[in-house]
Amino acid sequence: MRSLTASTRRAHRGVLPGFGLSTGFTVFYLGLVVLIPLSLVVLKASELTWAEAIALTTSPRALASYRISFGAAAAGAAVNTVFGGLVAWVLARYRFPGRRLVDALVDLPFALPTAVSGIALCAVYSRNGWIGRWLEPLGVKVVYSELGVVLALTFIGLPFVVRTVQPVLEDADREVEEAAAVLGADRAQTALRVILPTVLPAALTGFALAFARAVGEYGSVVFISGNMPLRTEIAPLLIMTRLEQFDYAGATAIATVMLAVSFVLLLAVNRLQAWTRVLAGQV
Amino acid sequence: MTVSLAPTAVARSAGERQEDVPPEATAASPTGPSPAASPPGSAARFRLATEDPPWVRRLLVSVALLFLAAFLLVPAAAVVWEAFRGGIHLWWKAVTEPDALAAIRLTLLVAAISVPLNTLFGVAAAWSITRFRFRGKNLLLSLVDLPFGVSPVIAGMLVILLFGSRGVLGPWVLAHDVRIAFAVPGIVLATVFVTFPFVARELVPFMQAQGTEEEEAALVLGASGWQILTRVTLPNVRWSLLYGVILCNARAMGEFGAVSVVSGHVRGLTNTVPLHVEILYDEYAFRASFAVASLLFLLAVVTLVAKQVTEWKVRAESETWGGR
Repeated sequence: MRSLTASTRRAHRGVLPGFGLSTGFTVFYLGLVVLIPLSLVVLKASELTWAEAIALTTSPRALASYRISFGAAAAGAAVNTVFGGLVAWVLARYRFPGRRLVDALVDLPFALPTAVSGIALCAVYSRNGWIGRWLEPLGVKVVYSELGVVLALTFIGLPFVVRTVQPVLEDADREVEEAAAVLGADRAQTALRVILPTVLPAALTGFALAFARAVGEYGSVVFISGNMPLRTEIAPLLIMTRLEQFDYAGATAIATVMLAVSFVLLLAVNRLQAWTRVLAGQV
Repeated sequence: MTVSLAPTAVARSAGERQEDVPPEATAASPTGPSPAASPPGSAARFRLATEDPPWVRRLLVSVALLFLAAFLLVPAAAVVWEAFRGGIHLWWKAVTEPDALAAIRLTLLVAAISVPLNTLFGVAAAWSITRFRFRGKNLLLSLVDLPFGVSPVIAGMLVILLFGSRGVLGPWVLAHDVRIAFAVPGIVLATVFVTFPFVARELVPFMQAQGTEEEEAALVLGASGWQILTRVTLPNVRWSLLYGVILCNARAMGEFGAVSVVSGHVRGLTNTVPLHVEILYDEYAFRASFAVASLLFLLAVVTLVAKQVTEWKVRAESETWGGR
C-alpha cells in the first residue's frame, strides 16, 4: 500500500468494482483445488489409531527416509546459502564479462523440468561422466550415494537463495558501508559486521525456501540416488512406493508428517520475510 | 512462501551506482592476484572505500563461476551433447516416433487446460488481494502459496485419495464409467494443483506496487468494471502476467513427480514428455531419452529468455512512468 487517496480512505474496502466476484472465485477455486484435497489427507490420517499412526510413521524405513530427506535437504540448503550467497554478492556488486548470462543461468534449475535435471546430473557425475571421471580416482562416489541426493537437492535449491539475497544486496544502502570505512573498518570487518547482518534474514529465508523445496523434491533425485531403502530412499519416494503397493494408510501417514514440516517451514518463511521487510524499513 | 523470480517492478539502481567506479581500477590492475603489489592507499590505483581489492573480486568471481559451472553449466551442456551425439537423424527419429509424439500431444493438452485455469485464478486472486482491504487477506495470500510447499508426490497422492478405486469419490466416479486416477483427467488435476500459485504469485507484488490510482481514474471517468480490467489493469500488468503464464506453462509441461503418481504409465496413452524421458532412461535408451529431454531443455531456455525480456520491458516501462 503506497498512499491512500481520500476516496479510498472513505470507502471501506476500496472503491473499485468486482470485490465479490474476484474474492468469491478465488476462495472457491482455492477450496476446490487446494484446501479440500489437502484436508482429505488429514481426514484420512485421522482414521488411523495412534498406535497405527506411530507404527507407520516411525518404522525403520520411514525414519531412514526422513533422515536422508531432511539431512540431504539441509546439507543442500547450507551449501546453497554459502555459495548461493557468494553468487548473489558477485552478481549484485561486481561487473565482469558474461555477468548477464550468468544472472540468467541462475534460474535454470527453476525452469528446467526435474526429470531432465535428474538425468543430466546423473550423466555428468556418473563414473564415466564429464565430472564424475575426475572424482572417481579420488574415491568420491556421487551417483547412487547419499552425496548424489545432496547434489541434486543443491541443484534444485540454488535459485531460491540467490534470488532472495541478491535484491537485498542491490538495495542495501552503500552509505552504511562508507560510514564503516570512514570509521576505520577494513573490508573484511565491514563484510562481517555490516553487510552480513543486513543480509542475514534474507539468507535465512533463502535457506528455508531451498530446504522446503528440497524436502519435497522427487524428480531430480530418483535418477541419481539409486533409491536404496534405508540408505538413499527419500521420503517422497517412500510415499510413492506405498501408493504403488496400495498401502494408502502408510502413504498418508508419511505424507502427513511431511505436510506438517512444510507447514512449519511456510510459517517460518513468513516470519523471516516480515523480519526482512522490517529491516529494509518497508513497514 | 514467496520467492520472487519475477521481473521486479522496482528499477534496480545497482547498475547506476557501479558506474562511479573509475574504469582504471580494473583496467590498470596488475594481472597477478598479489595483494602486495597493490597497496590499498596508493594514489595511482585509486579505489573507493566500498570497493573490494581486485584480487578479492577476481577470487570471488572465480569461485562463484566455478560453482555455477559444475552445478549448472556442465549438466546443461551434457543434455545438449547427449541428445545430439548420435547426429541429428537419431535425434529426429527419437522425437518423432509415435510414443514420443503421443507424449508431446498429451503434454500440450495438459498445459492447454491447466494454464488457462490458473491464469484466470491468478488474475481474480490478484484483483481481490491487491485492490481491496478485507479481513483474512494475508491468510488468503499464504494459502495461495500453499501448493509451493507441498511435495509433488503428495499432490499426485491427493488425486488418488479422491478418485482412486478406494478413494472418497472413486466408487461413485467408477460407477459412472469415468476414469480419473491413472488416466488423463488425473494428470490434468495433479498439474493444476502444482501450477496453482504461479500466475497469482507474479501478479500480486506487481499490482501492489502499481497502486490503484489509474483504475480509480477510469472509474471516475465512467468505465465499467470489465472496461477497467481489460483496458487499464491488464494492459498495465501484461508483461508480468505474461511471465507468470510462461512460468506456469513451464511447470505444467515439465511436471514429473505429481504426474508420475497419477499416470498409469501407459505408453502412448497416459505418458507425458517427462514420463517418456524416464521410461526411455530406465530402458537404457539413453540417447533417445536425452533427445526427448532436449525438448524440455528448449522449453527451459525459452522460459529463461522470456524472463529476461519481460524484465527489460517492466524496467523500461517503470522508467517512462517517471519514478513510479
